[in-house]
Amino acid sequence: MLYFSKLRIIFISLITIFFTFVASNNVLSPDKRFFDKKINLGLDLQGGSYLLLEIDNTPVVEQRLQNTTTLLRAYFKDKNIRIGNLKLDNQKIKFSVAEDSKKNIIEILNDENSEINPYYPRFKTHQFDVVDLGNFLELSFSNQGLVELKTSSQDQALEIVRRRIDEIGTNEPSILKRGNDRILVELPGLDDPMRIKSLLGKTANLSFRFVSTDNQDSFGVEKLKYENNIDEDYVSKRIILSGDNLLDAQPRMDNQTNETVVSFALDRVGAKRFGKATSTGIGKKLAIVLDGKIISAPVIRDTIASGNGQISGGFTFQSATDLALLLRSGALPAPLNIIEERTVGPDLGQDSINAGLFALIIGFLLVITFMFVKYKTFGLITNITLIVNLLLLLGILTLFEATLTLPGIAGIILTVGMAVDANVLIFERIKEESRNEKNNIIAFDSGYVKSKTAILDANITTLLAAVILFFMGSGPIKGFSVTLGVGIFTTLFSVYFIARLFTSIYVSKNKDKVGLI
Amino acid sequence: MIKFNRFYNQFNILSSLLIIVSLALLIFKGLNFGIDFKGGTLIELRSSHSKINVSNLRDVLGQMNLGDVSVKKFGNNKDYLVKFENKNNEENIIEEIKLNLDKSFGNNFDFRRVENVGPKVSSELLRSGIIAISISLAVMLIYIWIRFEWQFSLGAIIALFHDVVVTLGLFSILNLEINLSIIAAVLTIVGYSMNDTVVIYDRVRENLRKYSDIKIFELTNISINETLSRTLITSITTLLALLSIFFFGGEILKGFSLAMIFGVVFGTYSSIYIANTVLVRLNVSQETILKEDEKV
Repeated sequence: MLYFSKLRIIFISLITIFFTFVASNNVLSPDKRFFDKKINLGLDLQGGSYLLLEIDNTPVVEQRLQNTTTLLRAYFKDKNIRIGNLKLDNQKIKFSVAEDSKKNIIEILNDENSEINPYYPRFKTHQFDVVDLGNFLELSFSNQGLVELKTSSQDQALEIVRRRIDEIGTNEPSILKRGNDRILVELPGLDDPMRIKSLLGKTANLSFRFVSTDNQDSFGVEKLKYENNIDEDYVSKRIILSGDNLLDAQPRMDNQTNETVVSFALDRVGAKRFGKATSTGIGKKLAIVLDGKIISAPVIRDTIASGNGQISGGFTFQSATDLALLLRSGALPAPLNIIEERTVGPDLGQDSINAGLFALIIGFLLVITFMFVKYKTFGLITNITLIVNLLLLLGILTLFEATLTLPGIAGIILTVGMAVDANVLIFERIKEESRNEKNNIIAFDSGYVKSKTAILDANITTLLAAVILFFMGSGPIKGFSVTLGVGIFTTLFSVYFIARLFTSIYVSKNKDKVGLI
Repeated sequence: MIKFNRFYNQFNILSSLLIIVSLALLIFKGLNFGIDFKGGTLIELRSSHSKINVSNLRDVLGQMNLGDVSVKKFGNNKDYLVKFENKNNEENIIEEIKLNLDKSFGNNFDFRRVENVGPKVSSELLRSGIIAISISLAVMLIYIWIRFEWQFSLGAIIALFHDVVVTLGLFSILNLEINLSIIAAVLTIVGYSMNDTVVIYDRVRENLRKYSDIKIFELTNISINETLSRTLITSITTLLALLSIFFFGGEILKGFSLAMIFGVVFGTYSSIYIANTVLVRLNVSQETILKEDEKV
């Protein structure tokens, strides 16, 4: 075990130098760096905001079922098959069927190439499950149907969230999918997420609808509140324009009223509809409805054919800017709820870095002092190994651009404490061996050989714990498992190559010295 | 040679008692779950204002209808930790609290950290924490089973169970908060305690091969003594590292490092007094090892 070939020594030196070099990247100023890799700081160290959003798909499900109900009615009418009592109840579509046509209907719905109940060719399961309830048939989303619905609403929501965050212009945001109904947003350097939270919390469903004066409308009416939560109006369910028709929206100062407004430009279809509505509806009130609340309901005085208009509603400049931003980036398919938030201010992050580094230095000094007092020369070797170990660990973290968190720093400190274990196992074993074996080289050799299984077993168990933590843990904890896990590999390398190399050099020079260790 | 085996019985009784008491505490008193596992909102705030103290902060926040509010000093005398249930999961609550505090004390507050965990997420986190600990115990059990014989596997797992349960029991009786980092600490304890046990077991196995005439009662004692200085040195260096995290690593890592410190102490104890006594009680002998060797 003690022999090292020249080639191996060169190899070990190269690896050590390489990783030292890589690790140095983190402390050099950017223009002196050799390549563009660095350890990332986690949100808990650099400050920032972590938001976990959950999409509330209930309205999407309702909406889709509503559409399907309309489709079903038209479809069976087309085919001259009578179905009755078509209604939506508790996220299920129910309708009554005549006994003689039931079989036919079920066949149509369960046909592999059914138009009305698709997905079969692709997923080997239909979009809707059909349940036979005697006189009634019941349709509900199949698992796959629900998954598809969730995935597509997640895709849309992700896009809108990205647009909104990009519009605000924060530093390197990370926006990721989680599961099929969640979105994880990480915003480094942001210490007050209030504005982003309020922007993400709005669906931004905009519609222009007439206010009904006599509570009557062929499309039906609904009672909506104004933004102030006090006034109410009956508004037609007929949507003249929606947010989809907007090309642009900007906050602006109205020169005549000296009021902040949001001006908007409509696309061609929108401009046409808006023109028609404003020409036929002169004198009527046009409600501008956002997320179920009326922002304002101005009286139409003139035909607006240009496709440009403005929304007033007692805005401050900030709220007008936000509304314009929401309108530009589009409506979310469904409401988002913030189900987890973790925000760390930049100065707490810096304090954590300082405390972590201080603890690392103190821990390191305590351990190397102890080892030196206990083992003298071999303590020194262990300590050199420990330094190389740290450099390797930092080098690897840099190379993979790993994210360092506060628990991650704790993992490094813990690695310092536990890394000496392997060397201690070896040295203690050598001590035992040299009681019976006077030849130092043989004693050292068998010390290394005999301690090997214990060292491997011991490190593999810690590694197993780190791996489980990596897969089960979240955020900062993951950072801990990374440093702990990588630390095991660098420890084994530094013990079996660096420490052993120094030991072998020292021992071959002191072959016959009694009580070497 | 220290006669560890003289106290096998006494310490077994003690450990059994510790486990029973800990389990009773866990069942009847329960754990002080932090917002990670219970849901709610946490605010770490700093204010240098001289008029502010825990009780008048509590008064102001108590009037806000936040549910159960707890206000504590956190680290130095300018920092406070506020926790409340936030049952309705109101998103603007932080802004309201800021306004209210500014109104009562003037604009003096720096919100250093805000964490808000909804009920769904907290129950998921708790579940995945329990799963992670269970998986890690199972994986260790299997690993030792592969590397050693089942008697060893059983001994190691009882030792691990002891360490986890007693550490949690201590957290229960001291009313210390259980958050995500404690789960990380418990998993690391599992790894560490295993590590310690494996080193002694490795020696027991080696000695079993070497001596056919020494009874396991005596043999475990020899093995413990032979590995004792390593056990102590590694525990000491690990504890040195942990103590430095505890004292200098900042408030956030306090719970984590404390759990680890308990765990290292229990882990060292259990690998001597539990892992080995199980081998003694199962009457492991050279035959146990040789049977396995023949199979291989």
